[in-house]
Amino acid sequence: MTGRARYLATKIAQAAVTLAAVATFNFLLFHLLPGDPIRLQARAGRLGPEDIARLKALYGLDLSLPEQFLVYLRNLVTGNLGTSFTLKRPVADILAERIVNTVELLLLATVLVVIIGIVAGVFAASRRGSRADAVTVTTALLFWSLPTFWTGLVLIFLAGVWLHLLPISGMTTPGAHPANALAGLVDLLRHLVLPTITLILVDIGQFVLITRSSLIDVMTEDFILTARAKGLSARTVLWRHGVRNAMLPVVTASALYVALVIGGAIQVETVFSWPGMGSLIYDAVLRRDYPLIEASFLLFAVTVILVNFLSDLLYMAIDPRVRNA
Amino acid sequence: MSAVTIAPPDQDRGRLAAARATLALAWADPIGRAGFILLALTVLISVAGPLVFPFNPKAVGSSAADILKPPSAVHWLGTDELGRDVFREVLAGSQVSLLVGLLATAISMIAGTAVGLAAGYSRGLLGVLMMRVTDFFLVLPTLPLIIALAAVVGQSMGVIILVIGLTSWASTARIVRSQVLSVRERVFVERVRALGATDLRIALVHILPNVLPLIFANTVLVIAGSILSEATLAFLGLGDPLHTSWGTMLHAAFANGAISRGAWWYLVPPGLGIVFVVLGFTLLGYTLDRILNPRLRNR
Repeated sequence: MTGRARYLATKIAQAAVTLAAVATFNFLLFHLLPGDPIRLQARAGRLGPEDIARLKALYGLDLSLPEQFLVYLRNLVTGNLGTSFTLKRPVADILAERIVNTVELLLLATVLVVIIGIVAGVFAASRRGSRADAVTVTTALLFWSLPTFWTGLVLIFLAGVWLHLLPISGMTTPGAHPANALAGLVDLLRHLVLPTITLILVDIGQFVLITRSSLIDVMTEDFILTARAKGLSARTVLWRHGVRNAMLPVVTASALYVALVIGGAIQVETVFSWPGMGSLIYDAVLRRDYPLIEASFLLFAVTVILVNFLSDLLYMAIDPRVRNA
Repeated sequence: MSAVTIAPPDQDRGRLAAARATLALAWADPIGRAGFILLALTVLISVAGPLVFPFNPKAVGSSAADILKPPSAVHWLGTDELGRDVFREVLAGSQVSLLVGLLATAISMIAGTAVGLAAGYSRGLLGVLMMRVTDFFLVLPTLPLIIALAAVVGQSMGVIILVIGLTSWASTARIVRSQVLSVRERVFVERVRALGATDLRIALVHILPNVLPLIFANTVLVIAGSILSEATLAFLGLGDPLHTSWGTMLHAAFANGAISRGAWWYLVPPGLGIVFVVLGFTLLGYTLDRILNPRLRNR
């Protein structure tokens, strides 16, 4: 087995174990901890013992815990995530609708964060110790300290309520019938502006700082000196040799970044009433819709694990030490 | 066992001097000094503020005209959706936000240090297992996890502190473990082991103090994260309804449409409070990390 194949096999095994652990953890979280879903659901009206028994049988809560776990696993494998308490529809269908909107929201913001973050990080690192560097670092730390939801609220107040510049809620203008596809796209983009700015502001700090510190690390290595000695231009040394190698820790950090983005999406969608996964989990929490919360949490966790796995693969593709091992 | 005690290479006095030198270095750094000043102001305001301007949550307005009033001579920062004084509410809220952040961090530090020590010190299956659990918690997306836990377990201040503390220890455990791995190979550890010290004693008396400096910088950053987590949780409606924090204020402002009604005095002060405190801890933590983390020194 080559080093590369072994690396791949290890990473696949790790991802599989983590997925199994998350599935188990998710089950225990919602089946062992206090809080009786039937009683919560029945808060409004009074239920007789036979009603409770019927509801328990309906949700499979009359089975023993190991039996419930087996049912849970079978349902997971077949994609049956249960029925939402409040929306009375299959959870899988609801998630499928919502996730598209979340991806739509996050795509533009993430691309911009990566580009601006790397450029700003390289800018600061290559002027290390200067005033420009200090300003960049301080600004990054300030943005890092902003609560996402509050940043969104302030933008809503400034651009929406005060200046009436941009829409502050939802994906489309309610009741509007765009004349053509272009008008519809413009309407969507206008709704995207404020949530996207919010996400960029709160997510960019970490990206700038990681890029900066990684590049500073790399620029002190011997091969940079060699490249300079070869007579390469400063620009070539910086981008071809420096930045390229500095990207390794940035790729590793992308899994952590996804967790951050998910947290951001939950808050931004709540604040801007964006009909995605984030506002879904917010509404589900407010109404204690356990099947929805459970499935949303699982989906988020699986996403992070998969991105982690992908970043390991990418690492393999760009790091010569792993590539040729 | 003999009565001889072998002290770790640096004595307590040396450690105290080192701590003082670290703080002096942080103070000399402009970013670090800004962090110190922000935190000193925050502590002063949150301790003295509510004493001078006590907040009575039951002092609601007597008529609809008292609700969401702009700042005036009577109410310096206007009134909230129940006609209460926002200025006093912000002062009271600072205490809850700080308290939750500090206590959650304490739990996180204790759990992270314990797991990190055990994972780094034991060479057997326990160490491997501990590390896998740590990696697992490192991967879980924090906010959905906190939301799910708070939604399932309940909404008291104690639960919130516990939930935030028990979901944020993984990064600490990793840092502690990597430090332990390097410290435990040093000669003095071999020496005390030869003298018959137990594993627990070696870990707590000889290894832990050598790991503390790095935990210190990490702690300051975890406080910032915990305060943000509390604010976010409270904003999403999962805060303790009986204790006003900056997060619960912003939840009330959002849920009652204060923003679309233009009540900036209800939106800006609690948020600025969060930014001030979190920025203070972040600036200080970043500086301490740069001073104490050998890999980052001279940046």
